[in-house]
Amino acid sequence: MGFLVVAAGVSILTTIGIVVSLLLPAIQFFREVSITEFLTGTSWTPRFQDPTFGVLPLITGTMWTTAIALSVSIPIGLGAAIYLSEYASTRTRKIFKPTLELLAGVPSVVYGLFAVTFVGPVVLKEWLGIEVATFSVLAAGLVLGVMIIPTVASLAEDAMSAVPRALREASYGLGANRMRTVLRVVFPAAVSGIAAAIVLGLSRAVGETMIVAMAAGSQAKMVTDPLEGGQTMTGFIASAALGDSVQGSLQYNTLFAVGLTLFVLTLIINIISIRLVNRFREIY
Amino acid sequence: MAAITAEPTAVTRPLTAASHGERNPQSLIFLILLWASLAFGILVLVVLLVNTFLEGRSRMDAALFTNYTSQIDPATAGARAAILGTAWVIGTTALLAIPIGVAAAAYLEEFASKTSRFARLVELNVQNLAAVPAIIYGMLAAAAAVAVGIPRNTVIAGGIALALLILPVVIVATREALRAVPQEIRQGSLALGASPMQTLTRQTLPAAVPGIATGTILALSRAMGEAAPLLLLGGLVFVKFDPNGLLSGFTTMPIQIFDWAGRSQVAFQELAAAASILLLVLVIAMNGLAIIIRNKFTTGQ
Repeated sequence: MGFLVVAAGVSILTTIGIVVSLLLPAIQFFREVSITEFLTGTSWTPRFQDPTFGVLPLITGTMWTTAIALSVSIPIGLGAAIYLSEYASTRTRKIFKPTLELLAGVPSVVYGLFAVTFVGPVVLKEWLGIEVATFSVLAAGLVLGVMIIPTVASLAEDAMSAVPRALREASYGLGANRMRTVLRVVFPAAVSGIAAAIVLGLSRAVGETMIVAMAAGSQAKMVTDPLEGGQTMTGFIASAALGDSVQGSLQYNTLFAVGLTLFVLTLIINIISIRLVNRFREIY
Repeated sequence: MAAITAEPTAVTRPLTAASHGERNPQSLIFLILLWASLAFGILVLVVLLVNTFLEGRSRMDAALFTNYTSQIDPATAGARAAILGTAWVIGTTALLAIPIGVAAAAYLEEFASKTSRFARLVELNVQNLAAVPAIIYGMLAAAAAVAVGIPRNTVIAGGIALALLILPVVIVATREALRAVPQEIRQGSLALGASPMQTLTRQTLPAAVPGIATGTILALSRAMGEAAPLLLLGGLVFVKFDPNGLLSGFTTMPIQIFDWAGRSQVAFQELAAAASILLLVLVIAMNGLAIIIRNKFTTGQ
């Protein structure tokens, strides 16, 4: 019994561990760099002779890749979810649902390689004639979006499948066809779960590292053109972790300051998601 | 007479309207869009698999399995250290995450009272940890390793990082599996004089094994493909030896792929694709196994 309680306590210890291990080096960092400079500066050059520590370029990088990813994964994820939940036969669902979920199982480094060797140079440049740079925010964001499709689809489908059959039958009984029933009855009834699915997709897009580290480039600048490269928060952490910076140095602590920013951001997103679910929850 | 004929038309009119409604252009376009969404997802998966296979096919040879990586020569470089390292780290991850995750879930589901503050705090933490980016766990493991005085780039540090990463998934899957075990089994066991602990270990847990196995296998396959947290442990990208213990240095397949993919020579990118094929085969096999277990044990219920 004691073991069970201790095991349950591990999750609390993990949270405390994360906060402490991020906060201590981050506090060191903010002793040398003011929080205002960090949060409002538009130049990020921590490795230069004369370093600047404005995190906004990394945040714009993350916002661009996330926005592109969501513009792919929300419509396609929801479309697939509606099809699987409302139109597909049991047999079709049994085949296609696991296949779609496999998209989430593909390792992110494999997606990264796919973005660099195929989506950027072949799909965007050759087939669509879009002049993207070797590393581009667009290619990284698109592939990131594909990775998140199953996250959105799976949760949204669960939410729609949980809507009682009686609601649909009442709608058919009133003369509505399937499309009307889906859009006017099932969708609104499942809106809390669908919102949670989108917010979870958002948090995964913000936190994903390898695709953006491999495909978005490593130049931290205010991103204005998605056809060019840019660096995200996670991309910076990954590339800075590769360079051997001395523990306790300002450069090493920079990593944790960005890590803390990322952690706080995803925490806020998660709290919003829990609130959304509670606020719109329908009880059947 | 007029009243009688009026009735059927009143009933059939909405029905025919509904069936005609399925075929109006709007509904058809809607259905095509839905269908296209699903098809797009599947199509990208197929293109990704085929493209990786075509790129890496030429390097799917024995050297990939037997040779170490190389700084300069892609022709003889292999993923030996990475394959063995993945086995070591995932083994460690499983040994840590499964007992802790199952025990935590058993506590929450079978023992904790609904009003327990501790249990509610644990639940809230599990919920939040599930949304923490993977790379943050690497920072935690690196800091923890330094705090207890072991080198960061060791198998045990990697195992801890990945185990903590998948712990919320294992806990949630185990709780769902335990919840699906019928209450009568517990009551029967308790009525025969078994203690709550005996009921858990001899009745409830064994009945929940398929569900736990499905969730755990999927979680481990995710850990197997994860590179981000391990990058934070440092010194993992160029390893030319077999790992031989928990305190040994190591690299894993995703990290090896990341390293090769970032080099400028095309031959190294082919090598990265070849290692990707290997990783994909492993991940797809684990996903397939999980689906088979799930299907086998849910059809009976």
